[in-house]
Amino acid sequence: MKMNRRDFVKATGTAAAVAMVGMPHLAFGAASKVVVVGGGTGGTTAAKYIKRIDPSIDVTIVEPNKTYLTSYFSNEVIAGERDMKSLEVGYDDVKKMGINVIFDSAEAIDGAAKTVKTAGGQTLAFDRCVVSPGVEFVYDKIEGYTPEVADKQMPHAWKAGPQTLLLKKQIEDMKDGGVVAIVAPPNPFRCPPGPYERASLIAHYLQKHKPKSKVVILDAKQKFSKQGLFVQAWEKFYGYGTPKALIEWRPGPDATVTKVDPATMTLTYGEVGEEMKADVINVIPPQRAGKIAQAAGLADDSGFCPVDGRSFESKKVPGIHVIGDACIAGAMPKSAYAANSQAKVCAAAVVALLKGGEIGVPAFVNTCYSLITPDWAISVAGVYKLGADGKIAEVPNSGGLTPMDASAEAHAREVQYAYSWYTNIVNDIFK
Amino acid sequence: MAKKLMKLALLASAVTLGLATTAFAAKEEAKPAPAAAPAPAAAPVQLISGASAQMLGETCNGCHGTDGASAGPASPTIGGLHPEYFASIMKSFQEGTAYSTVMGRIAKGYTEDEIKLMADYFAAKPYVPAKQKFDDKLAATGKKIHDKWCEKCHAEGGKVVADEEYQVIAGQWTPYLKYTMQDFQNDKREMPKKMKEKFDGMVKKEGDKGLDALYAFYASQQ
Repeated sequence: MKMNRRDFVKATGTAAAVAMVGMPHLAFGAASKVVVVGGGTGGTTAAKYIKRIDPSIDVTIVEPNKTYLTSYFSNEVIAGERDMKSLEVGYDDVKKMGINVIFDSAEAIDGAAKTVKTAGGQTLAFDRCVVSPGVEFVYDKIEGYTPEVADKQMPHAWKAGPQTLLLKKQIEDMKDGGVVAIVAPPNPFRCPPGPYERASLIAHYLQKHKPKSKVVILDAKQKFSKQGLFVQAWEKFYGYGTPKALIEWRPGPDATVTKVDPATMTLTYGEVGEEMKADVINVIPPQRAGKIAQAAGLADDSGFCPVDGRSFESKKVPGIHVIGDACIAGAMPKSAYAANSQAKVCAAAVVALLKGGEIGVPAFVNTCYSLITPDWAISVAGVYKLGADGKIAEVPNSGGLTPMDASAEAHAREVQYAYSWYTNIVNDIFK
Repeated sequence: MAKKLMKLALLASAVTLGLATTAFAAKEEAKPAPAAAPAPAAAPVQLISGASAQMLGETCNGCHGTDGASAGPASPTIGGLHPEYFASIMKSFQEGTAYSTVMGRIAKGYTEDEIKLMADYFAAKPYVPAKQKFDDKLAATGKKIHDKWCEKCHAEGGKVVADEEYQVIAGQWTPYLKYTMQDFQNDKREMPKKMKEKFDGMVKKEGDKGLDALYAFYASQQ
């Protein structure tokens, strides 16, 4: 006979319920239920690590896509250095871990009733819910930019998918002497060095195939992640700062894009509304926590989700945990490694909360590589702890960037370690 | 019967309690301790230390593979390493006596106690040899060279050996071994005196081809 906690209390009364506090579910054969919303980097890691700690917990992932495409390394696809197929991961191995995977999208999460409702009409009950929806794009900050424009003319390509291939094709079809404009978003956003890695790899492609062309980054910000290392490498490889530069970077607010016109392929930017035409326009819009996080009332005015740094339990809705790009994680960037690291802390806490154990002290790491040429990568690494103020902070005197005086050999090694990062993190999430 | 059931329940409870202790921070580790770095001069906020071995160790998996079994192509496997080797190389990364790209920056984020926890955590994991290509003929030559010059310390072909605190080299990823040898040769990583004598002798006799043969031999042990 299967019994859940509530039935058990009903059947045996208060005395048993008191005993139950110190008594694991396992001993009674009833399974706690965890529903994970979003089968990406954060969500799938959380599901796997919950199962690793306690296989008796019933874990279900709700994910719309049967094949997941990693957005990390999709810049290599755009530049023709990698096959799109190599970014694909399925859920067969996840299922083999005893995790249920439902290919459907979560439409509503009811924190009081403890249920997730799906677009396909299912209602899934949970004891704890982990929400890892990534980001959604904010379309009302740039006039004329809509999901349709993104799909057909000015791809954001900020989630690997058809837009990745569209952007690749547009660059391939462009005439020599053309301009590729990248509109870089304001903070905070997914993958802070991503727009600059993209510019680098597109420049690498242009250098080989269309050397009279260039990439212009119109940035909403005045500085960006790994800037010193990017600029150094751009000067070395792409003539940055010279009349023949393959990359040009224009900082905000003078370069903040306010409007796009897909019909004339024109961008309007800056306070006075200057205009620029480009042959390929890649608009990376401002971002906030994924749609379901907004719908479930998990986000605050910033658009992202405040959480307890020890458990990643939402500060807005108890019983629901938010991890990855959607959550506010103090000093940690919105990166795949950060999501993977947060998911493990969250998994341990979820199991502790379900089993009445003590929530442990968290520990976090972030490692992030960016490719500038196929033989030159740079990295940032960080070791993080929870501060007494409840905010995740970097351990002083640790972490940081590839040194500015690193040798070519060191940068080449970082390429190989970047590839190792990819294989190992994908395995650590999905296998 | 009732008594027996009670005993069983207690046992189950105790087992789970034990599990919970390993799975989460052990009580005595959970005490807030001073921040990890040796000189946290500019730390405005006290950081909470006391994470469990598992919590600390799992943060490495994103680059080194789940349980430290790296799927390559370059990051070394760290699951199954001797804990003293693990701790000493982390210390060398911190101090810069062993060159690294990213590990020096990461190692500086941990105290000696935390490193010891991670070392024991990974030592308890199985060592999974890398699945990589190699040349059979070269590997056979490599075995002879290994037996002559390296086997005395890197016993059993460089495999995991109990109470052997050297780095495991059999089944380690070739690019990683090459990088490490380059660092030894370029004085970017301290070579133990005994190893230096053997190594110099080997290179003098066999040349760089000898090194390639050794890499093939270590790659062949899967």
